[in-house]
Amino acid sequence: MQNALQIVYLIPLLPLIGFLINGLGRKHLSKSLIGLIGSGVILASFVLSIWVFLQVKGGNTHIAHYFNFIKVGDLTIPFAFQIDQLSSVFLLIITGVGFLIHVYSTSYMHEEKTEHFGRYFAYLNLFVFSMLLLVMGANYVILFIGWEGVGLCSYLLIGYWFKKPEYNKAANKAFIMNRIGDLAFLIAIFWIITRAGSVNFNDVFAVAKGEVEFRAFKPVDITVVTLLLFIGATGKSAQIPLYTWLPDAMAGPTPVSALIHAATMVTAGIYMIARSNILYSMSAVTMNVVAYVGLATALLAATIALKQNDIKKVLAYSTVSQLGFMFLALGTGNYVAAVFHVMTHAFFKALLFLGSGSVIHAMGGEQDIRNMGGLSKKLTITYVTFLIGCIAISGIPPFSGFFSKDAILLSAFEHNKILYGIALFTAMLTAFYMFRLLFITFSGKFRGTQEQEHHLHESPAAITIPLIILAVLSIVGGFVGVPEALLHGGDRLGEFLAPVIAPAKHASPVSHNTEYGLMALSSILVIIMIIFAWFKFRNYRRSEATGFGKVLENKWYVDELYDKIIVNPLHKFGGFLKSVIEKSVIDGLVNGVGKAVNYGSRQLRLLQSGQAGSYVLLMVLSMLLVFVVQFFLRK
Amino acid sequence: MPINYYIFLSIALFAIGIVGVLTRRNAIIIFMCIELMLNAVNLLLVAFSKMHHAANAAVNATAGSDGQLFVFFIMVVAAAEVSVGLAIIVMMYRNIHSVDVNFLNRLKH
Repeated sequence: MQNALQIVYLIPLLPLIGFLINGLGRKHLSKSLIGLIGSGVILASFVLSIWVFLQVKGGNTHIAHYFNFIKVGDLTIPFAFQIDQLSSVFLLIITGVGFLIHVYSTSYMHEEKTEHFGRYFAYLNLFVFSMLLLVMGANYVILFIGWEGVGLCSYLLIGYWFKKPEYNKAANKAFIMNRIGDLAFLIAIFWIITRAGSVNFNDVFAVAKGEVEFRAFKPVDITVVTLLLFIGATGKSAQIPLYTWLPDAMAGPTPVSALIHAATMVTAGIYMIARSNILYSMSAVTMNVVAYVGLATALLAATIALKQNDIKKVLAYSTVSQLGFMFLALGTGNYVAAVFHVMTHAFFKALLFLGSGSVIHAMGGEQDIRNMGGLSKKLTITYVTFLIGCIAISGIPPFSGFFSKDAILLSAFEHNKILYGIALFTAMLTAFYMFRLLFITFSGKFRGTQEQEHHLHESPAAITIPLIILAVLSIVGGFVGVPEALLHGGDRLGEFLAPVIAPAKHASPVSHNTEYGLMALSSILVIIMIIFAWFKFRNYRRSEATGFGKVLENKWYVDELYDKIIVNPLHKFGGFLKSVIEKSVIDGLVNGVGKAVNYGSRQLRLLQSGQAGSYVLLMVLSMLLVFVVQFFLRK
Repeated sequence: MPINYYIFLSIALFAIGIVGVLTRRNAIIIFMCIELMLNAVNLLLVAFSKMHHAANAAVNATAGSDGQLFVFFIMVVAAAEVSVGLAIIVMMYRNIHSVDVNFLNRLKH
C-alpha cells in the first residue's frame, strides 16, 4: 500500500481541479454533473484526509517539499506542505464538514440558473482549496497564500448575488476588513524574515527557542510579531475591532455562511495562533491581549445576539462570540481547548446554519424570526437537529459543546477568577439567545402569511441527511476530549496534539472536586437560562425594543461609530484630495509644465532675428561671459 | 619696450575692430574692422615672438620664430579673404545698389 503521505498534494489539488472544471464548464455542464463534481472532489479529499490522519496517528509526520517558491539571496521559501497532528485534524474538519455543506448546497441552490450554479460550486471548491492550502502550508508564506485565498473566496461568495448593491457592499466590507488584518500579518512575516531568516515554522520556532543561532530574535521581537499575527487573526477570525464584517457576510447563500463559520475562513486565525503556539507562549503580554480581546468579543457579540431578529444574524453573532471563547482559550495557554472548540463548533455551527437554511427554504426566503413560529410541527427533522445544535452550543453534558467549553472555562478559572466569571456569564447568555432563537422560531403560533403557512414543508433528503449527520457529530463529537477528571485518559485529542502543541500549563491546578463543582455550576446555570428563555419566549409576541434593548438591537451602534470615526473622515479626505489636491496641485503642475515650455519658446523665438549683427553681438557677449566666469572660477 | 605696451595696443585695436563690426552698417567698414582685428592679433604675435627670442636666444637660436611664421600665415589668409570679400561686396552692390548689411536679412525667412 502506498504511503498516503506521499500523495498529500492531491488533497488540495482535487478541489482545485473541481474549481477549474466547474468554473470553465459552467455553461456546458448540467446541474447534477456540477453538483457531483463539486461534492465528489471534496469527498475524495475527505477520504484522503482520513487516510492521512490514520498515518499521522500512527506516528508518521511529514514535510513534503515540492519546489522552491522564492529564492532570493540567502532567503529560501519552499513550497512545502507540513502534515502533522494539527494540520491533519484541520484537514478532517475542513473536508468533512465541507463535504456535507457541498451536498446540502446541491439541493439548497437548485433553483439557481445552471450557469450560476456552476459558478457557486466553483467558488465553493476554490474556498476549500484555499483553506486546505492554509492549513497544509509548511511556512508562513504558503499559509498566507491560503489566507488571502479564503479572503478572496469569501468576497466572491458573499457577493454571490451580485445584482443587489447591498450584498456587494457586504462583500466589500468583508474584503476590506480582512485586508486590514492581512497587512499586519504581512508585516509580521517580513519581521520574521529579518529576525529569523526563514519562514518555515520549524526553523522560526527553533530560532525563537534559541536552539539555532541566527540574528537576535529577542523577546520584544516575539511580542511584536505575535501581536501583529494576532491583528491578522482578528481580521480573519472576526474579533474586536474587526468583527463587523462577519454578521454582514450573511448576505451570501446560507450554506456559504455555514462554510465560512464552521469549516473555513474564521478558523484560520485560530489555526494560525495554534500553529505559532511556541511563539505565543513566549510572550506573556500577547497572551493577555489575546485573552482579553477574545473575552471582550465573546461578551459583546453575545449581548448583541440577544436582540437580533434575523435568524442568520443571531447565528453570526453567536459565531463571533464562540470565536471569542476560542481566543480566550488561546490566550490562557490552552491551545488544545481552542482546537477542540474549533472542531465541536464546526459541527454544531454548521448544523445550526444548515438548519436555519432549511427553515429559510421552507419559509420561502423569510429570515425574520418574528414572522416564524410553530415550525416544529411541520419541520420535524429540522427542529430536532436544530434543538440538538442549540443544546450542543449551550454546553449541556454530554453534548460536544459541553466538553470544549468546559475546557475553556476551566483554563480561564485557573488563569484568573474574573476571566472565568465573565466567561461563565457569556456562556449563560449563549444558552439564552440560542434558546430564544429556537423557541421563537419553532414554538408558539405561526406568525407568517397564509401563503407561507400553506407552503411549509420539510426539506428534501439532500438537506436533511447532512443535518442528521452533523447532529450525530454534535452529540458525540465531544467524546474525543473528555476531561481527565471524568475519565482517565479521556483527553485523546490533547494527547494526539501533544507533539505540536505544548500541553496547557496549569498555573494553579485545581482539584478534581473543584472541577466537578465548576462543571455542575455551569450546567445548572445554563439549564436555568434555558428554562427562563422557555417561559419568556414560548408564546412570543412581537414588541418593539426599547431602551437598552434598542442599543443591543442596533449592535451597540458599532457600525455607526466606525462610519463616523473612520469611514466618513476617509471619504471626506478622499473628496478633499479629489477636488483640491488633484485639481489645483497635480493638474496645475502638469498644465504648468506645458505652459512654461510654450511661453519660453515664444520668447526665445524672438532671438532669431536674421540680423547678422545681432548674432555677432550675442556671440561676443557670450564669449565675454565665458571669460568672466572662467576668471572667477579660477580663483 | 615692455611687453605690456604691445598688449595694450593690440587690445585697443582689437576692441576698436569689434565695436566697428558691431556698430557699423557699411559692409566695407565692417571689412576694414575685421582687418584691424587680424592685425591686432598679428602685432601681439610678433611682440610675443620677439620677447621669447630675447629670453631664450642663448639656448635656442630659433626661439620665437614660430610666432612670426603664424603672422605670415595670417597675412596670406587675410589677403585671400580680402579678394573674396571684396568680390562679394562688389556683387552685393551690383545687386541691391547698396553696401548696407542690414538689407541682407533674408536668412530669417
